[in-house]
Amino acid sequence: ELKKEFTRTLTADNPHAPQNIVRYSFKEREYKLVEHMDQTAIHFSLNGNMIPKDSDEGRRQSIRSSIEAEKAPVETAAETSEEAEIKEEQTGDTEEEGEGEEEGEATVEEPEAAEAAEAAEAEEPPPPKVPEKKLANQFNFIERASMTPQNPLRERACQSEPLPSENFSANVNQWDIYDAYVEELEKMEKAKEKEKSKPQAVKREEEKRGVRKLSQVEPQHIDPMTRVAKAAKIAERMVNLNTFDDIAQDFKYFEDASDEFRGQQGTLLPLWHFQYDKTKKLAVTAISWNPKYKDLFAVGYGSYDFMKQGHGMVLLYSLKNPSFPEYVFSSNSGVMCLDFSSDHPHLMAVGFYDGNVAIYNLKKATSQPIHKSNAESGKHTEPVWQVKWQKDDMDNNSNFFSISSDGRIVSWTLVKNELVHVDIIKLSAEGMMQGPEGLQLQTLGCGTSFDFHKKIDYLFLVGTEEGKIYKCSKNYSNQFLDVFEAHHMAVDTISWNPYHLKVFISCSSDWTIKIWDHTIKTPMFIYDLNSAVGDVAWSPYSSTVFAAVTTDGKAHVFDLNINKHEPLCTQLVVTRKKNKTTHIQFNPVYPIIIVGDERGLITSLKLSPNLRKMPKAKKGQEVKKGPEVEMAKLEKLLSLVREPESK
Amino acid sequence: MEETEEEKKDEADYKRLHSFPLIRHSDMPEEMRIEAMELCVTACEKHATNNESAAKMIKEMMDKKFGSSWHVVIGEGFGFEITHEVKNLLYMFFGGSLAVCVWKCS
Repeated sequence: ELKKEFTRTLTADNPHAPQNIVRYSFKEREYKLVEHMDQTAIHFSLNGNMIPKDSDEGRRQSIRSSIEAEKAPVETAAETSEEAEIKEEQTGDTEEEGEGEEEGEATVEEPEAAEAAEAAEAEEPPPPKVPEKKLANQFNFIERASMTPQNPLRERACQSEPLPSENFSANVNQWDIYDAYVEELEKMEKAKEKEKSKPQAVKREEEKRGVRKLSQVEPQHIDPMTRVAKAAKIAERMVNLNTFDDIAQDFKYFEDASDEFRGQQGTLLPLWHFQYDKTKKLAVTAISWNPKYKDLFAVGYGSYDFMKQGHGMVLLYSLKNPSFPEYVFSSNSGVMCLDFSSDHPHLMAVGFYDGNVAIYNLKKATSQPIHKSNAESGKHTEPVWQVKWQKDDMDNNSNFFSISSDGRIVSWTLVKNELVHVDIIKLSAEGMMQGPEGLQLQTLGCGTSFDFHKKIDYLFLVGTEEGKIYKCSKNYSNQFLDVFEAHHMAVDTISWNPYHLKVFISCSSDWTIKIWDHTIKTPMFIYDLNSAVGDVAWSPYSSTVFAAVTTDGKAHVFDLNINKHEPLCTQLVVTRKKNKTTHIQFNPVYPIIIVGDERGLITSLKLSPNLRKMPKAKKGQEVKKGPEVEMAKLEKLLSLVREPESK
Repeated sequence: MEETEEEKKDEADYKRLHSFPLIRHSDMPEEMRIEAMELCVTACEKHATNNESAAKMIKEMMDKKFGSSWHVVIGEGFGFEITHEVKNLLYMFFGGSLAVCVWKCS
């Protein structure tokens, strides 16, 4: 895309001349489009002082100069004789001067009369000589002239904005006036009556209202901030784009060329970091992308530490503005999980550490949830580890499921603005305990994660703290369809493969990731990552690619198609010590992943091309795209693994 | 005859008793409105018989105080359609039978 060519043509038009100026015409009292714009751009202008010879002024000047030129030869001769005389007799007598003048005149006449030829000759050279002749004078005058510096003139034009004007019309007659007065009197009487019954303050209010009805209310003053809000938001995003321009370029266009040399390994290119002051002490407990707006994601903040429980927050960030979250919600208790509803992308379900669930509506401006459960309405008694929206039920009510350490999976339905809960399943652990007074208590397992099948609506998987995975159905509330002895420690995340209908992945704090086929009791693939795995996610574009984060701050990306045993990329995402990465999510559209950690920081990383490989087409074959291909890919891999087992 | 005369007197009295200035429509700011209203009342009382001179007085005072090109109409029965600058219109009743319309438009 970067190599696209843009053509530019050179025209004689002035590119700086505006093309669609609208000017207010006072005559017509409206704004009119100025059609023809002057295209000339004046770069330099100088006012000269040359006059054409043939113009009036030129002719006048030339006449003047020629008269002077005629006098000139005559006078030059006179001058020289005068000067000679003056030099000889320097006692400047007026008589002598007068004589000198007369003599000068006499001498003038003589050459004219006697020697015309000489005069003619004398006449010719003088005109080219000195057109303007300064009259020499007998007194020793010195002329001096000076002119103050003159500022050059500039033209400036301006037109003021037209005053806003409105039309108004009315009709007035005698009866109209009468009616108005009668109405006013009635109002005043009513006001007086109410004054007797109510205190004075009320009366004043009514008078004000009365006055307002007569004289129409002035237009409301909109808070200046709200008017600017939208523009400010756009400006903020533009500034961010400029600041992070190189990151934005990387995000869009950069493909790591060194991947070709790296064999099968890939890298993760860090892009933006998302941070917020108030969440610096909180850990990221949940990340979720919005199904509708591909650049919006929600992050839940809370604390995994049992001892240190504080408040929680939910921040919604947009990729377009990495410096500040778009929405901020805070809550008393730590947020443990959140999920966007795919039917209603503005609804967000949140599960808290204190067992409550809440629904936030992004369309409304409040920072509080629109619905919240409480002790009466059946909240959990333990932290809620995961919430997931379901499709709208038959009455078109949105509903979601939540799972918690208290062993209950609860379905919450939004019925007429209230949250109604229904216990779906109680996870019973094996064995009955003997309680006091001989009661048989059923121990409940602690659920830590669940996931619903994409196609088979009623089927879902539950992971527990004991490391077991239960396959359950919404229809059977007491019994499980199946049990997998999955891990030795709590199952942190379970996820169905987005393409293949039978495969799911699970990760746990016992350092392993396991991939299963739900019809087979033992895992297909096991990966040991040397550190507790916080979260694992399938990629949305390929059925064989998944990523995981571990508590040592590393992100691992696997592609089963390329390398079944080792990750394609293991990269340290967070640099500070004692910072554990807690969650990871793929963006459904762009090739980026976001990773959250314990310090409230979200890092976005771009997947290098090696990590995104589509299967190469054999020569002559078409490259098929689509879920079928993905399923087939995985099926092939699984069959390889299954066959030795079946043997 | 006497009764009708009395009735007429009653009516006239009735109107004059309730002849306080009644603003019908205005989009002026508060202070300007009050000032304009008082000015109109003064002018109409002063030139109770001659609408034109009352209007002249109002117009000149408004021009001095608030800027040029004010227009004033005083009468007992008329209809109008005007274009006025925003926040510069006052339309009120006074004296039981007079209507005054004051607006600015350059």
